[in-house]
Amino acid sequence: MIIAIALVSVLVIIGIIVAVVFPQRAVSAALALVVIGSVAFHFWTPWWWTEVASNWGSIDDTIILTFWVTGAVFIAICLFMSYCVWRFRYKKDRKAEYKPENAKLEWALTIFTTLGVIVLLAPGLIVWNKFVTVPDDAVDIEVMGQQWMWSYRLTGKDGILGTTDIRNINDDNPFGLNLDDSHGYDDILISGDDLHLLIDQPVKVNLRSIDVLHDFYIPQFRAKMDMVPGLITYYWFTPIRTGNFEILCAEYCGTGHYAMQGRVLVDEEEDYRNWLDEQMTFEEMLASNDNSDLLKLASSARE
Amino acid sequence: MAADSYEDVVLDKGSAVPALEVPPQDLYHAKSFWTRWIFCQDAKVIAIQYSITAISIGLVALVLSWMMRLQLAFPELVPFLGPAEYYQFVTMHGMIMVIYLLTALFLGGFGNYLIPLMVGARDMVFPYVNMVSYWVYLLAVLVLVASFFVPGGPTGAGWTLYPPQAITSGTPGGDGLGIVLMLISLSIFVVGFTMGGLNYIITVLQARTRGMTLMRMPLSVWGIFTATCLALFAFPALIVSCIMMTLDSLLGTSFFMPAMNQFGEQLSYSGGSPILFQHLFWFFGHPEVYIVALPAFGIVSDLISVHARKNIFGYRMMVWAIVIIGALSFIVWAHHMYVSGMNPWFGFFFATTTLIIAVPTAIKVYNWVLTLWRGNIRLTTPMLFALAFIITFVNGGITGLFLGNVIVDVPLSDTYFVVAHFHMVMGIAPILVVFGAIYHWYPLITGRFLHEGMGKFHFWISFLGSYLIYFPMHYLGFVGVPRRYYEMYDSEFITTSTTFLNQFITIVALIVGFSQLIFLYNLITSAKLGKKAGKNPWKACSLEWQTTDVPPTHGNFGKELPVVYRWAYDFSVPGATDDYIPQNTPPSEVSGAQAEKT
Repeated sequence: MIIAIALVSVLVIIGIIVAVVFPQRAVSAALALVVIGSVAFHFWTPWWWTEVASNWGSIDDTIILTFWVTGAVFIAICLFMSYCVWRFRYKKDRKAEYKPENAKLEWALTIFTTLGVIVLLAPGLIVWNKFVTVPDDAVDIEVMGQQWMWSYRLTGKDGILGTTDIRNINDDNPFGLNLDDSHGYDDILISGDDLHLLIDQPVKVNLRSIDVLHDFYIPQFRAKMDMVPGLITYYWFTPIRTGNFEILCAEYCGTGHYAMQGRVLVDEEEDYRNWLDEQMTFEEMLASNDNSDLLKLASSARE
Repeated sequence: MAADSYEDVVLDKGSAVPALEVPPQDLYHAKSFWTRWIFCQDAKVIAIQYSITAISIGLVALVLSWMMRLQLAFPELVPFLGPAEYYQFVTMHGMIMVIYLLTALFLGGFGNYLIPLMVGARDMVFPYVNMVSYWVYLLAVLVLVASFFVPGGPTGAGWTLYPPQAITSGTPGGDGLGIVLMLISLSIFVVGFTMGGLNYIITVLQARTRGMTLMRMPLSVWGIFTATCLALFAFPALIVSCIMMTLDSLLGTSFFMPAMNQFGEQLSYSGGSPILFQHLFWFFGHPEVYIVALPAFGIVSDLISVHARKNIFGYRMMVWAIVIIGALSFIVWAHHMYVSGMNPWFGFFFATTTLIIAVPTAIKVYNWVLTLWRGNIRLTTPMLFALAFIITFVNGGITGLFLGNVIVDVPLSDTYFVVAHFHMVMGIAPILVVFGAIYHWYPLITGRFLHEGMGKFHFWISFLGSYLIYFPMHYLGFVGVPRRYYEMYDSEFITTSTTFLNQFITIVALIVGFSQLIFLYNLITSAKLGKKAGKNPWKACSLEWQTTDVPPTHGNFGKELPVVYRWAYDFSVPGATDDYIPQNTPPSEVSGAQAEKT
């Protein structure tokens, strides 16, 4: 705030001084000051992205590249404009140049712009290719969104998440697991609590919603993807530092959208194992609910 | 007045103007107050009706934005504003500004006023349908306003109206009449727009005066014409999705609704696709951006050329750029959906098409600033707005290169970076053109200038203020502040300094908002008290300034339709006495001028 106000007031003062000393030049000076102010703000801003906590530092690099390329164009165009306004102000006895077209210049600028676009696009698509290609050693986890909370499911001993259907959901089966899918019974269910992840372990986050659209977004991980009822969407990342990160829902999901928060903790190996040991599997949950009907179904499914 | 009372003009020999082949259009001339000013068929009056309605509903949306800004910065000042109201205000602000203000004002307002006058027609080709178009638009606005007064209030689904939340009970207005009225209002809007839109296109194609070839038309007409073509192709996707969602809401069909378990209850929907809605919505929604931007591109080209006393640089390239941008705008829509869960391979295609669109857009920007080069620049109020438009548009355009590049969009999507980007590029930039255009054409519409002092004051506050609002806002997006948050709840990672930035933005937004009252005051009082403008006060070349009467009367051009001999940009032609040659000046009257053949 202080920086913003100081910056604005310095520029306004310079603008007023120029306007008073050279009243004829006030407009071009103001245009130039807008550009200078923007550049100054960019370099002194206290508002910048949080330290990256995943392998997606390459996304930050593409943003920086985009800044340099587009920033240079912005400065060049606006300062050129400011110069024109300075230099070619109306005089009664002067006539403007009459030159409707300049094919050479127009083609040169077209090619120059095309090159600029390629410089931005090529690295962007390379990183996107990495983003959508999940590595083989990534472990599956599931994040489930509903109005307005997060739940998580981890694989059990078999390393495979059981299949689900929204129509299976009831009080005993809040995740809607298919009871005839034997992969589901050892799945670890976490609802109403924090999610823990193991540092340096690539994870494929399978995203699912049981009601409306949500989006699993952790600013420090850079990645995000919508969760769509009826689909399983995904992205992958590798947490690279331990810590405690906030989940923010990034797709509008109704009145409670702003309050749909959660936490992810990235642990070292030992802490992670200790936490994992305390979690309940689907089967244990059914047992603790003393639900004999479902348990019977469960054992028959495994046979 | 019967058609045969129009007379053919004596043509210059060898001027390559075709002879009169079809009789000029016959018009219905109003006899009573009601048919003259209310149920009027004159495109100029319809333009004013559209503009007043659009600006009035736009003011409602402006007030809604103050409420939102107050909630974000000083929530203790607006204790009556809960999350439901906040989301309703966000939704209505966005929808009103995009559709009911900008689309209606550029096409219904400027389109109606400028097209017949600029192409040398007496009116739109279907004046009666044109009149109905306005009344249907007004009905759409009234239905929209009615949604504020139904139980549960207007919809709070966000202006994108994404299902399933839009029509379920977790969203304000979602299980009541709010969302239904919104969908019906949009459908009515499309019906009204189609009537007007067909008029604009057919008038440009059919009713141009003799000598007005397509490549002699002012860029304003090219912009509005192309935008109207886009709208006629894009709006069907909107009306279809609105009707299908209305059926989902009222009859329980499942076009967009999958099986859901909401708040522990199984809903009866199953099998629909929420992403299908997003494709339909953005198939309309992305061209919509250019429906607003292309008229602004065209109009600002004319403002710059007239006030720099120089032809627009690279006219033909400018025309083709408008057409190419229009065509490309139909194959980039899914860049709004990079993180929607659609097939990630789409990302490669849509990122490529999106960045290609930057090329013709950049050419337009280059040509605007190259028009200034060696011009003779008059810093009138319209010119100031045009210059401010360029800075704002370049700034908003380059942030589009961030969001269009699929991987860069991943962290920035759904944050304040997006909010800042689209406000800069399709909010502030077009509105600056609207202001510039009003200061430019007000002397034609009323015969008087707007007050210059008030105009300049209004300009500096609006331009610098809106830049101060939206430029720093991008950086909130870098921090990761998500959009559509009523408050940051108990989030800790957002630093306290972002609260200060929010307060700064809110204060500036209130100042800019209130300064618009000066503009309104100027608009109303100058109609009676403004300095008399006389004929063609800016010394422009295009036809709207060459009418016999100022303001132009019904039928636009008096007894004789003008005949066009040149393009709209013969400024500062070497050898000519004046620094402009109107389009209808025959070569014989400016024999010394060395104008290029256009």
